[in-house]
Amino acid sequence: MKTLILRTASNYLLPLLLLFSVFILLRGHYLPGGGFIGGLIASIAFVLHAFANGLENTKSLLRTHPGFLMPVGLTLAVISGLAPGIFGLPFMTGLWYDEAIPVIGMIGSALFFDIGVYLVVIGVTLTIIFTISESA
Amino acid sequence: MLLAVLSGFIFALLLVPFGKVLKGKWSILLSILPLALFIFFLQKIPQVIDGAILERNQWVPQLGINLDFNLDGLSLIFALMITGVGTMVFIYTSYYLKGHVYLDRFFGFLCLFMGAMLGLVLSENLITLFLFWELTSISSFFLIGFNNEDPASRKSALIALSVTGLGGLCLLAAGLVIHGITDSFSIVDMLQSSTMMQDHSFFMAVVCLIFGAAFTKSAQFPFHFWLPGAMKAPTPVSTYLHSATMVKAGIYLLFRLSPAFSGSELWHYSLWCVGGATMVYAAFQTLFRDDLKSILAYSTVSALGILVFLIGLGTEEAMLAGLVFLLVHALYKATLFLMTGIIDHAAHTRNVSELSGLRKVMLPVAVAGFLAALSNAGIPPSFGFIGKDLIYEASLHTGVFPLISTVALVSTNVMLLFAGFLAGVRPFIGPLPTKYKDLQAGSPRLWVPTLILATLCLVIGLAPGLISNSLIAPALVALGIQDYALDLKLWHGFNTVLALSATTIGLGLGLFFLLKPSLNREEQMLKWEKYSPLAFFEGMGSLTFRFSTLWTGMVQNGYLRNYILVILLFLMALIGYGMWGNFHPKIDFTQLLDLTFYETGIMAIMLGAIVFTVFTGSRLTAVAAMGVVGYSLCLLFVFYSAPDLAMTQFAIDTLTVILFVLVLYRLPKYLPFSDSRVRVRDGIVALGFGGMITLLALGVLSDPMVSEVSEYYSANAYKLAKGKNVVNVILVDFRGMDTLVEITVLVIAALGVFGLMKLRLKSRERIR
Amino acid sequence: MEILLALMTGVLYAAGIYMILRRSLVKLILGLILLGNGVNLLIFLLGGITKGKPPVIPDGPAVLGEVFAAPLPQALILTAIVISFGLQSFAIVLIKRAYKVVKTDDLDEMNTTDENA
Repeated sequence: MKTLILRTASNYLLPLLLLFSVFILLRGHYLPGGGFIGGLIASIAFVLHAFANGLENTKSLLRTHPGFLMPVGLTLAVISGLAPGIFGLPFMTGLWYDEAIPVIGMIGSALFFDIGVYLVVIGVTLTIIFTISESA
Repeated sequence: MLLAVLSGFIFALLLVPFGKVLKGKWSILLSILPLALFIFFLQKIPQVIDGAILERNQWVPQLGINLDFNLDGLSLIFALMITGVGTMVFIYTSYYLKGHVYLDRFFGFLCLFMGAMLGLVLSENLITLFLFWELTSISSFFLIGFNNEDPASRKSALIALSVTGLGGLCLLAAGLVIHGITDSFSIVDMLQSSTMMQDHSFFMAVVCLIFGAAFTKSAQFPFHFWLPGAMKAPTPVSTYLHSATMVKAGIYLLFRLSPAFSGSELWHYSLWCVGGATMVYAAFQTLFRDDLKSILAYSTVSALGILVFLIGLGTEEAMLAGLVFLLVHALYKATLFLMTGIIDHAAHTRNVSELSGLRKVMLPVAVAGFLAALSNAGIPPSFGFIGKDLIYEASLHTGVFPLISTVALVSTNVMLLFAGFLAGVRPFIGPLPTKYKDLQAGSPRLWVPTLILATLCLVIGLAPGLISNSLIAPALVALGIQDYALDLKLWHGFNTVLALSATTIGLGLGLFFLLKPSLNREEQMLKWEKYSPLAFFEGMGSLTFRFSTLWTGMVQNGYLRNYILVILLFLMALIGYGMWGNFHPKIDFTQLLDLTFYETGIMAIMLGAIVFTVFTGSRLTAVAAMGVVGYSLCLLFVFYSAPDLAMTQFAIDTLTVILFVLVLYRLPKYLPFSDSRVRVRDGIVALGFGGMITLLALGVLSDPMVSEVSEYYSANAYKLAKGKNVVNVILVDFRGMDTLVEITVLVIAALGVFGLMKLRLKSRERIR
Repeated sequence: MEILLALMTGVLYAAGIYMILRRSLVKLILGLILLGNGVNLLIFLLGGITKGKPPVIPDGPAVLGEVFAAPLPQALILTAIVISFGLQSFAIVLIKRAYKVVKTDDLDEMNTTDENA
C-alpha cells in the first residue's frame, strides 16, 4: 500500500485532518461534532499516515507512545469536573467565562471536559490499532 | 479490653515482617503476650466480683454490629484459661518446634487463635461473636493442617473446617433469627427477654441453630469425628485448641445462653440426650485405643459430653459442677497432652503398648502425668475429686431421670479413669526397655509448663478457696444464679456421693489392671469405622462432589453456542408470554407511500450486505460486507436527523474494518464446521428472535411516545449549559459523569488490548 | 418508514444471532458487531425518528422548535458506538490471543479451562 501518491497525499492530509478534527471538537457545543468525533477523526488521520508511511515513521512523528494521551485526557476531564469545587459548587457544575472569544466561542469547563474526551479517544484508538498492527 | 482482644491479631501481623528474627532462640519471648494478658485478666478479678465490666466500641452502629465486650465471671474463667494455658503452650512450643522452618508461621496462627478466642468469650454482640467463632475455626484449620505435606493432615484440617464452619453458619443464622425476635444483636438484651424468646414461634429454630453451632464446635455426637482427626496437628495445638480452649467454645455458648433458654423442655432434654450419648460413646471408644493422642481425644470428647449433659440438667448444682469440671478438665487434659508431646518427642512413638518404665529417665514428666491422672480419676486430694463430687451431687438431685443420669455418669467416669491412667501412668511404670535407656525429658521449657499445670491440679484441690470466691462465684452470677451458698471442699462426710466416688475409683482401677492396651484391639475397632458418622460425612461429601460434577457436565458443558441458545430460547419464551394476548400493534401501511428513492436504496444495500456477511465463504468479503452494513447505518442516521451519530458511526466503522483487516490476515480460513441440520436449527432460532424484536418494536411504536426527558434537555441546553448541539451538551454537561466513566472504560479496554498483545506467551501456555 | 426500520432491526438481530451461534471465532465477533448495530438501530427507532430536524438549536432562539429529533437516544447511541469499538477491539485481540495459544478458532475446542483437555 506504500504507493507514492498515497504517501505524498498523506503527508498533506495529516495536518489537514488534524486541523479538521480540532475544528470539529471546538464547534461541538454548537453544531454537530464534539470530543468523540474529533478524536476519532484525528485517529483516522494518524492511521492513514501509518498506512502510507509505515508504522515506524508515524511513531517517530508522534515521539511519545499514544497511550500517554489517555492519562492526560482523563486527568483533564477530572480536573474540569473538579474545578467548580474551588468556587464551592458541586462536582461537574458548568463554569463559563462570560465573554465569547472569537473562533472558539464560549469558554467553559465543559469545553475542557470535551478536550479531555478528545485526547482519551485518540489515545485509546491509537493504542489499540498500533498495538495490534505491531504484533500482527 | 479492645486492645487485649486485638493484641493477638496485631502480634500475628507483626510476625509477618519480624518473624524471621524471632524464629531462632528468641521465640520464647513470644510467650510474654499470653502472660501479659493473663496478668491483665487476673487483676480484673476484684472488679468482676463487684459486677460485670461492659465496654462498648462502635463498629457498624447502623446495623447494630459493635465491638462490645462484656467481662463477667463466665468470660473471666474462659479468658484466664485461654491466656493461662496459652502461656504454657507458648513456652512449650518454643522448644517443641525448635528450628522448624515455619515456626514463625505457627506462632502467628497461635496468636491469631488466641485473639479470636478471647474475642469470642468477651463478645457482647452476636455478630462479632460469630466473626470470632469463625476466626477460631479458620486458625484451627491452619494449625491442624500445619504439616501440610501430609495428605492425612490436610484432609483432617478440611473435615474440621467444614464441620465447624457449618456450625458457624448455624450460629450466624441463629443470630439473625434472634435479632428478628428481640430487635437487637446484644446478648445481654437477649438474656433479658427470655420469656419473649421462649414464647416466640421461631424459638425452636433458634434452639436448633444454637445446637448446630455448639455441637459441631464442641464435638458432640454425631459431629464428634473431626476432633480425633484433628490430632494430626502438632501436640501444642492439640493441647491448646482441641482440649483446653477452642472445643470449649460450644460449651461457652451453651453456658452463656442457658439463662435465656432454661426452663424449655426442648433445651434440657436435647442437651441431656446428646451430652449423655456423647460421653458414654466416646468414653467407650477410649477402651479400644492404643495411640496416646487418640485416647486423649476421645476422653476429651467424653468430657465435653459431660459438660453438655450438666448444662442439660440445668439445676444450680449442675451449673456449679459444670463450671468446676471445666477448670478441672482444662488443667489435667492440658497436662496429659503436653506430657504426650514430650514422650512422642523423645521416644518417637505414641503407642501405649510400646511404652513402659519411662519414670526412670524422665521423672518430672512422670510426676506430672501421675498428678494429672489423679485429678482425672477424681482421687482425693486432687481438684478432680471436688469436680466429681459436684457432678454426682448434681445428678443425684436432678429431676431428670436421676438414676439413669447417675449410672451413665458413673460408667463414663470409670472408663475415663481408665483412659487417664492409661495415658498418665502406664508409660511410666514397669521395666524400662533397653532401647529407651538414653531418653531424656528434654529442656525444662518442655516439662516445666507441664509440671506447673499438673501441680495446679493438686494445689487447687487442697485449697479450693483459691477459686471459689474469685472465679466460680462471679461465674454463677453471670449464669443468673444469685446468692448461691458456695462451699467448695474436699471432705463432705460419708454419704452417697462418696460411695459413688469410691465405686468409680475401684472399678476404674480394676479395669486399668485388667485391660492391657494393645494395638490389635485398636485395629479391631477400626473395622467398624465404615459405619461411623465420619464415614457417613465423607460419603455425603463425595456424593455431593459426584452430583455437582454431573450437574456441571449437563448445564455448563463449555459450548458457548449452547449457553446462548438456552438464553435466547428462554428470552423468547419470556417475551412471547408477555406479548401473548395483549399485543395489538397499529401498523399504518400508508406511511410506506412516503418512502423516497434514497431510503429504499439504502435499505436494499443494507439487506444485501447483511446477507453477504452471513453467507459468504471468505472472511475478507464478510468484513467488507460488514463495513457496508455500518456505512448504510451511517447514511440512515444522516437521513433521520442524527449528524453526530452519522459521523461517529462512519469513523468507528472505518476503524473497525482496519482493525479486522490487520488481524484477520493471520487467522485461519473459515471451515465448514456445522452440519446443515444445526444450521437450520440456528437459522430458525435467529429468525424467530429477529421477528420477535420487529414485532416488539412495532408494538412499542404504536404506543404514544413519552419524551419528557428529551424535551427537558432540549429546553434547557442553552439556558443552563450554553450549548446549542443538544446531543453534545448531554454528553459533556448534563450527563458528564457518565461520559467520564465511559472514557475510563475505554482506557481500560485499551490497556487490556495492550496487555494481551504485549504479554509474552509462557512456555507453559504453549499447547501442542 | 418505521415498518421498514423495524424489519431491518429484526434482520440485523437475526443475522447477529445466527453468526454468534457459529463455531468460528471470527464469525462470533462479526455477529457481535451486527447485533450491536441492531441494538443501536432499535434504540434509535424507539426514540422516534424525524426527517431533517437535527437536535441543534438554530441561531437566534434559545430553545428548539416544535418538531425535532429526540437528542437523548442519540446521546445514548453515540456512547454505545464508541464503547462497542472498545469491546470489539478487545474481543478481536482476545481471538488472536486465543488462536495463538490454542491454535484453533473452533469454539467447540475451547470448551474447557483445563489444558490439553
